[in-house]
Amino acid sequence: MNEFDQMYREVILDHYKNPRGHGVMDEADAEAEGQNPLCGDEVSIYVAFGDDGETIDEVKFSGRGCAISQAATSMLTEMVQGRTATEVATLDKYELLDEIGIPLTPVRLKCAMLGLTTLKVALHKAKGTPLPQGLAGFDELELT
Amino acid sequence: MAVTAKTAKLDARALRADFPIFEQQIHGKPLAFLDSAASSQKPRQMLDAMTEFYSTSYANVHRGVYVLAERATAALEGAREKVRAFVNAPDVREIIFVRNATEAINLVAYAWGLENLGPGDLVVVTELEHHSNFVPWQFIAGKTGAELALIPLTESGELDLSSLAEIAGRGNVKVVATNQVSNSLGTINPVERLVAWAHEQGAIFVCDAAQSAPHMAIDVQAMGADFVAISGHKMCGPSGVGALWGRSELLLAMQPFLTGGHMISSVRADKTTWGELPHKFEAGTAPMAEAVGLGAAIDYLNAIGLDAIHEHEQELAAYALGRLADVPGITLYGPPAERRAGIVSFNIDGIHPHDVAQILDMQGVAIRAGHHCCQPLMQKLGVAATNRASFYLYTVQEEIDQLVDGLATVHKVFA
Repeated sequence: MNEFDQMYREVILDHYKNPRGHGVMDEADAEAEGQNPLCGDEVSIYVAFGDDGETIDEVKFSGRGCAISQAATSMLTEMVQGRTATEVATLDKYELLDEIGIPLTPVRLKCAMLGLTTLKVALHKAKGTPLPQGLAGFDELELT
Repeated sequence: MAVTAKTAKLDARALRADFPIFEQQIHGKPLAFLDSAASSQKPRQMLDAMTEFYSTSYANVHRGVYVLAERATAALEGAREKVRAFVNAPDVREIIFVRNATEAINLVAYAWGLENLGPGDLVVVTELEHHSNFVPWQFIAGKTGAELALIPLTESGELDLSSLAEIAGRGNVKVVATNQVSNSLGTINPVERLVAWAHEQGAIFVCDAAQSAPHMAIDVQAMGADFVAISGHKMCGPSGVGALWGRSELLLAMQPFLTGGHMISSVRADKTTWGELPHKFEAGTAPMAEAVGLGAAIDYLNAIGLDAIHEHEQELAAYALGRLADVPGITLYGPPAERRAGIVSFNIDGIHPHDVAQILDMQGVAIRAGHHCCQPLMQKLGVAATNRASFYLYTVQEEIDQLVDGLATVHKVFA
């Protein structure tokens, strides 16, 4: 495996070129926007809950970003489907990082975490639970 | 150092030997450093001057009556004189040491702006500004009730001066603040014309010269500006020092920006009076060794010649624009080579700048990917980020070739 394949492995490029869950939701049960001020990348996350108001039925995302941020968010939409909002709101970031499966420098780690951190904000807002301090440990991300 | 050979072409390959950074490889490849617009690399002459100062002449400046304090003071004031000559200021007391160009502009925005701006007044900046010359004005305008107006850009990334009349109609133009060279697009702005317009409106002109001073001869008197900000780290000097030049009549009328030690004349429980220029604006212990380093950097640049540096970079920009034009899917931003400094911003269709820069890094090529502290400009261009390659006196054509070859690999990875 050469150095480029290690970083941009096939699954990353596949998610980047064919993002799952890409789009917007008109009437989302939960939504939030996140920005990475380092590079100006932005993502909007939309969540639809099932009839129980807790199970994540569908996640969609829109925005712009690098291959790492877009692929990570795409993977995330698949990863959290069918799980509960409470569980995902406190999801261990390493679950996503393991799925991404490439070595990330501190700057690129922020790219990778943009979608997950924004999703957590959306879920906390929808549930009315307070945002944990230093959410996921990425204070530099701007989340609304 | 001899400065007679000013018109001679510079030999970038020979000059590289002065820069220890190039002695290493990055990811096993020669370093192609194409990010000098963010910060320049450092010549041994500058590093040695700082080490020498710390090793032989270090003590806190002014007031001390012992030998080391005198030496340190002489070194600091000697550096101030070098900065004065570098920008051709009429009076050395008009040179204020600051941390960087951002602090220089904040000094003017606070110390001049808070006293002189109010509702109905207009602060004019441009869509091309670095955040350093945008955010302070936006902030102070907000505090005083003044309005912020932006000179728009043309398609080629140059200031649209046809907008000036309309802008003047919006209020009392009190400040015009623009850069001389855009750090993002490399555009060389018609500063003299803007100074003349500012003065016609009765406004002051504040020039952000952080991106021009390292690369072309600066003459604040010929320019006619009222304040000029430069930054040491972009011109072969150390980080942590920059300078503000201001007209003495304006500086004398201004209140201090930062207060505390050194900037006083006398301190009593009921009243403090301010020191003379430049000390009134230099609260606290100065960046002494950094100023000495900046002085050495100025000696270094003068020995090469600013005209030779400018010519070298324009050649590199023309070469880079020519080679990059053949890269598939590329969008190049900014004016033609003859009207730009050694900066080339671009995007590759469908590939985010972060990914481009990452794959280039693996090949030893350092470029910048992001908004370059120019988010208003990015909004104008309709992008979140661009790639930017920027050049300096030590840049050689092979580094641009390495960039172009690297972009072919970027395409391969994302094919």
